[in-house]
This record gives sequence, structure tokens and C-alpha cells, in this order.
Amino acid sequence: MPLQQAITRYVKDGSHISIGGFTLSRNPMAAVYEIIRQKIKHLHLYAHSNGTGLDELIGAGCISKLEIAYAGNGKAAPTCIRFARSVQNNEILFEHYSNFMMSLRFMAGAMGVPFLPTLSGFGSDIITKWGFSKALRRSDSKIVDKKLAIMDNPFGDWAGTSKVLLVPAINPDITIIHVQKADAMGTCSIQGLAFADIEQVKASKHVIVTCEELVNKEALRQNPDLNQIPFIHVSAVCHVPLGAYPTAVFGHYDYDSVYLRRFATAAKKQDEFIKYQDTYIHGAKDHDAFLTMIGQERINAITADPIIGYSVNMKRD
Amino acid sequence: MNKMHPHTPREIMTIMAAREIKNGDIVFSGTGISMLAAMAAKNINAPDSVLFFETGAIDSLLEELPFAVADSRIMYWAAANSRLIDAFATMQNPITGKKVIAILGAAQIDPYGNLNTTCIGEYSSPDIRFSGSGGGCDVASFVPRCIAFMQHEKRKFVKKLDYLTSPGQLEGENSRQAAGLKPGGVSVVVTNLGVMRFDKKTGRMYLDQFYPGVTPEKIIENTEFDMDVSRATQTDPPTQTELKILREVYDPQRLILD
Repeated sequence: MPLQQAITRYVKDGSHISIGGFTLSRNPMAAVYEIIRQKIKHLHLYAHSNGTGLDELIGAGCISKLEIAYAGNGKAAPTCIRFARSVQNNEILFEHYSNFMMSLRFMAGAMGVPFLPTLSGFGSDIITKWGFSKALRRSDSKIVDKKLAIMDNPFGDWAGTSKVLLVPAINPDITIIHVQKADAMGTCSIQGLAFADIEQVKASKHVIVTCEELVNKEALRQNPDLNQIPFIHVSAVCHVPLGAYPTAVFGHYDYDSVYLRRFATAAKKQDEFIKYQDTYIHGAKDHDAFLTMIGQERINAITADPIIGYSVNMKRD
Repeated sequence: MNKMHPHTPREIMTIMAAREIKNGDIVFSGTGISMLAAMAAKNINAPDSVLFFETGAIDSLLEELPFAVADSRIMYWAAANSRLIDAFATMQNPITGKKVIAILGAAQIDPYGNLNTTCIGEYSSPDIRFSGSGGGCDVASFVPRCIAFMQHEKRKFVKKLDYLTSPGQLEGENSRQAAGLKPGGVSVVVTNLGVMRFDKKTGRMYLDQFYPGVTPEKIIENTEFDMDVSRATQTDPPTQTELKILREVYDPQRLILD
């Protein structure tokens, strides 16, 4: 399915959305840019640690609520700039969890249980400080009534634990991930780290997969051990080479530190940021047109050694 | 680089953290200077230590310095590339968890080793918002030994945190266990001025070592809370071997050390 059509069909104003990847790796950027082009608003975004995708979406004004553990984009922006700015200016509502808590929440959603327990976070302000008010939580049936809960261990002190922290399941309306290989039915093969993509996908009502390589079914069935996501979870598959650019895809290309720095520099000033998104996102009709603007020279510079997985000795700063 | 070149503050910090890592440790690391410390330890004092990352990579080759824990440089030649769920389970698991030592950074630390990586000012409407917990809260909750890397400044060594992201000894004495946490959290603080540890009974930070050229008074001046300096001794300076490995093997381009 063309990406434009998949976004129009599955991502609506007010959708609860999660995106895959981690900081500057395997973010579904082509899909993120298409969401921005289509001016979809009031999204409720769930992530563990995200960077480039999250900050572009926040900067474009697509996000109104956020549940997240970490917003950073590597050396170019140790804290995501548009994220920090919109939190400081009260432009978005947010809840702050840890990475394990968010991963467990996706896993609970994938398992169909209302919550999962952990021993993380006791005594921290993650437990005491809530970003969504009780009134907001009550008024929206898609938001759970409590950020989290503490329960005495029902098995006495089994496993040396007197209490557990319970974190509520997440079932997003739509999850979008970018992978190295998929077939037309949606079976996916991810190389390198999977982060929490598998849990995010399995928790989600709808799933869009964008892929570097669209391969035939036989190519994936020969080595099923290398496939993490079976097609039953997937709603749409879009073939988008360089679909995670400017973030990295192990075995295919590196992050583009030049582009990430350009983004970070523009993000610091409102007028420059508008100009930046007008040029690179709204100024391109699709991801191919965006990549034409970037130019073959940059693409060559970031192209990965297929075995080592990254661009060896690439100039980074 | 000239072997007689004296060490820089970043170099001594890296070496002091590396000295905390023992052979056989599983080292949880972020990127930047903490990763450099973990890598240097492997070549200096802990050849059988194993690096691992919250993203799920373990024992990666690290031929080039990664800039993020999701960098593809972390995925190459790892023992396994798994997922966040596995990485945190490794720490929460009482068998492997015991062997883990972690290196964390923070914007603020208090006398009990609690860390803030979330915000300055009010949580819902902060003056400055930082990246957030990431895995920091999880690590400080599970891992028995954590090294905190900090710049030693009064605004960072505070009486009270603006936001408690990652639990240390909470309010001292046995408050950590009473809250439901296993023993652990920050056990040593390495700064550009010295090395701090925590009193076993009270859970409060004290000065353990000050670097050559630094006085305990300077550390007191740069700390907002009262710091016990009665047990402090001067650090053995970095050896030529330690400096040589750091400079020539791990960061010859000085991507991190400068």
C-alpha cells in the first residue's frame, strides 16, 4: 500500500499512536513526515525512548498528549529540543515513566493483561507526580484511571519482595515501525536490536510496517528463525527504502549526523524551525522527493557496510 | 600525545570510574564518558568484564565509539541483540542482577545519592526539562552498585532534588528497603574533583578521595549540603599505563575526552 494511503487510513486526529525505534535508530521517519504533511493533530503518543520522530511530531504540533520515558537524540540534542520547549511552555500534557515501565506497558497490552508488575521506581517522583489529572483520566475512556499503583506482594515475601509496582497496559490505535525486510503480508525480519518494536506491534489495534526491502514470502519462510513479527499483527506494509532516514537502520545505513545537527539547530528557534519543516517536510511531496533534496552524496556517506552494520569511519561530530 | 602530559579532569574521572569496575562485572553503561570508562576498565583492570546496554545489546565489539545506546555500533558482534524487556530483566533478575555495576549521569544529586534527570522547577511546568528517566530509574532500582558521574557544582549537589527520578538511599537509614527496593542505587559518585561514597549506616554521602591539586575545602565549597570530609584521602593519580590506554586505544580522536 502506498504510505500516503496507509497514513490516511489508519492515523486520525486524536489517534493513540506508538512509533518504533529508539532515539536515532530505526524511527519510522517517512511515516512521521507523512503524518506531518497530512497535518494530523491531537495525537496521543506512547514511546519508551524516542528522539528524531518524536521531536519532529511535537515540533509540527501533531501531539497533544505524551507518555514517555526519555526524549533525546544523541549528540545533536541530548534532550529533544522541541519536546523540552513544549513541556516548558505547557503546550502538551505528558506522563513520565521509565523505559522498563513503558516496555512492560506495551508487553501487558500485547499479552492482554491489564497490568504487569515490576520492582522499579519505589520512592521516586515517577510514582508521586502525575501529569494527567484525575478529571482528564475519568473523562477519556482511552486513558486509564491511574498512572500506576502499588500492591503488597500477594505471595507474602516470595522472591524477597514485600510489594510490587503495577503499570497499566497500553493498546494503541496504531503502531508504526520501520524494518529491514517484510513481505507483502506483513511478516517482518528485524536485524540488530528490536528495542520494544515487537511488544508495540502486538499491543496495537492496527500496525503499519514500512520496510527497506519488500521481499517475497519464500525469502522469509526459508529462515523463520530470523522473523520476529508474523503477518497476523500487521494492517499495512509499505515499501519505503531509506524510510528511517535521517535515523539509522542496522545493515543498511547510519544516522545522518549532518542532518540531525541541522534539525537540532533549527529546533532552537521558532521561525527557523517553521522554515526548516516548510522546506524539508512540506516542501517535499513524499519521502522520495525529500531524499532528492538530501542528495546522493549524503546517502553515499551514510551507507552501511552490510556486515558490520554501520558506515565505517564515517565523519561524525 | 606526550606521555608526561598531566591528566585532564575528564581523564581522571574516566579512570576513577574504570577503577571501580572489577573483573567479572557486567557493566551497564550509557554513552559518552561512561562508556569510555567501561571500555578502559576492560583493558586496564577488568579484562573479563562485560558491557551491556538497556537497548538489549550485550558484549558488543565497539570498534568505534557509539553516540547513543541505539547506535548501530553497539549492535555489531554482540553476544546477543535483544530487546529492552530482556535488558531490564537481566538487571531485575536476582541471579545476573547481582553482578551488574552501572554508570549513570544526572543533573542533580542529593546527599543520599538520589538522582534527578527529569527537570528543574515544577514537574508540570518546569524551568528546564531534561530527557527524563530512560532506564535510569530502573537501573537505580535494581542494580546493587551504581557509579554516578557528575560535574561537581553547588547547583548539582543539592540538599533537595527538584524531581527524584532514580532512587538512591531515599532518606537514608533503612528507607530504601522500607519503600520496597532491594539494596542498591548509587554507591559511588565520581566528579571532576573527587570520589564520594555513602555511609553504610546513615546512607549519607561522604568524601572518600580528593584528586591531586584539589582540597577537601574546594569540594565543600562546591556542594550545597554538608559533606563529611573526615575520612578523605588523596587519590593515587592516574598511572602512565591508564592514561596511555585511554588516550591511544579508546579515544585517539578525543571525541569524548575533549
